[in-house]
Amino acid sequence: MKPILLIDFGSTYTKVTAVDADEGRLLGSAASYTTVETDVNDGLANAVALLEKQTGKLEFQERYACSSAAGGLRMIASGLVPELTAEAAKCASLGAGAKVIKTYSFELNEDDIEEILAEKPDIFLLVGGTDGGNKACIINNAKALAAAGGNFPIVIAGNRNAARECERILAGRQVFVCENVMPKFGVLNIEPTQQCIRDIFLGRIVQAKGLTKASELISGIMMPTPSAFLAAMKLLADGTKTESGIGELIAVDVGGATTDIYSIASGMPEHPGTILKGLPEPYVKRTVEGDIGMRYSIHGIVEAAGIDAIAETSGIDAERVKELVDYLGSHTDTLPTTPELEALDEALASHAIRTAVTRHAGRLEETYTMMGLAYAQTGKNLKSVNRIVVTGGSLIHTRNTGRIASFALYDQNDPMSLKPVKAEFLVDRKYILAAMGLLSEHYPEIALKIMKEELEKDGTAE
Amino acid sequence: MSKKTLVIGVIGADVHAVGNKILYHAFTDAGFEVINLGVMVSQEEYIAAAIESNADAIVISSLYGQGELDCRGMREKCNEAGLEGMLLYVGGNIVIGKQPFDEVEKRFLAMGFNRAFAPGTAPEVTIAALKEDLHVEE
Repeated sequence: MKPILLIDFGSTYTKVTAVDADEGRLLGSAASYTTVETDVNDGLANAVALLEKQTGKLEFQERYACSSAAGGLRMIASGLVPELTAEAAKCASLGAGAKVIKTYSFELNEDDIEEILAEKPDIFLLVGGTDGGNKACIINNAKALAAAGGNFPIVIAGNRNAARECERILAGRQVFVCENVMPKFGVLNIEPTQQCIRDIFLGRIVQAKGLTKASELISGIMMPTPSAFLAAMKLLADGTKTESGIGELIAVDVGGATTDIYSIASGMPEHPGTILKGLPEPYVKRTVEGDIGMRYSIHGIVEAAGIDAIAETSGIDAERVKELVDYLGSHTDTLPTTPELEALDEALASHAIRTAVTRHAGRLEETYTMMGLAYAQTGKNLKSVNRIVVTGGSLIHTRNTGRIASFALYDQNDPMSLKPVKAEFLVDRKYILAAMGLLSEHYPEIALKIMKEELEKDGTAE
Repeated sequence: MSKKTLVIGVIGADVHAVGNKILYHAFTDAGFEVINLGVMVSQEEYIAAAIESNADAIVISSLYGQGELDCRGMREKCNEAGLEGMLLYVGGNIVIGKQPFDEVEKRFLAMGFNRAFAPGTAPEVTIAALKEDLHVEE
């Protein structure tokens, strides 16, 4: 037996998963409170003790960890045009597993700088201009950041003709120069920046977040948890050289504060004549809805879906829904222990999924032209994606996961939203997906096998 | 000298793609850096592309007769977006029906376009005009 320990330092819980690399199977998983204020190792030791109660004493040969503790990887980005380089910067940061606090466009002003200093991001991503294009904006913003001070690292990934100058302007700061996130108009190049963000996370952020003590114990790969999750989803979809994956998929993670949507899909149009609009979409895409969450962002769900929709889905009358929502918003650790709260939580999760997947998916636009009807597509077409992976406390602890997740599907009332028409639901009941992402770095075959075995099928809907 | 950058595309709900491709190749062969936005391009898309790429000119095509409506306000939007003095060209079948082109041209110049090209203009004519206006030496 070759036991491997996979650790996920979450903001609330430290989750541990044990895998036997010899036989390629899951040994067990457990969770305990994260203790980042004192020593993260306490929480880790507690979790491992719980784990070993199930499995017996394990001599771990390797330990890998990811973390979203202490606020996760908090980033701010600035670009030039909102729909172009600023969007590319946001896309790069989210794909690297960061929590994007804010994205600025055009020139930073004094108010913006004050805001940035107050937010104290872990990393600032400075972009703008295509290669050979606009230099004024990124140079202005580099000067503004240099004048402002602060000690957060800055990644420069804009117009290559301005990169060196920005580096000089920011001399004395921790500066990293990457390839442009948008080297040519309409071309996304976000991987080099994502790699750089991950390296900074490893080298510096882990220290700053009080995770160093833990990192002495682990063999490596400290990455932000969403980054591990994304790696797992990509592996599950694409497979390895020797074993095929399950194909294109969407994953939904409804949390207390945010709802994350992942898609591993090319998203090309259904009809060949469709005109593509906007930035090209990355095959592996993550979006985060900061206003959609089951507790801290509960009011955002209500705002997006409407109180009546939630009343109808839950079967609770609107006045009562209002009362309960206000209560849950201020008592964020409430668990759905009564049938009423259970029904409400289900309805909230359903509408959280509908809102977040609608924002993640692309849209079609019909235009009548002199040559007849024409279609323009913005974003990804996910209509033919037929697997939806579901995770997050509100979804894996209920029996009605499939019913809730079916709100991710194509909706007759919103026919231009390119969501899956028919899908099978796969539930991460044991909460192992981030762990499998970590495992996939060195043992992709085993991680894929375990995911295929452990993800629980929960019906198909259309 | 570095290449001059052009942003080109067919404006509005117009899906005429062939001429657009011909212009892309002709301008590229003539030594320009060309950002081709394709068909069904909105005013905002030309402007966004021109800002990021620090473009020297925007060349708008319209083949379906609605060009006058589609192009209205383009100069003002450029000014608003900080692209004061941007070289703006328009060409194709930019109005409906058979109207005397000198009148059509007058209307587009009054809208703030630097040049307007009549139906059937060869790419070489536009290229020569671009080189003159952008001071490109042969």
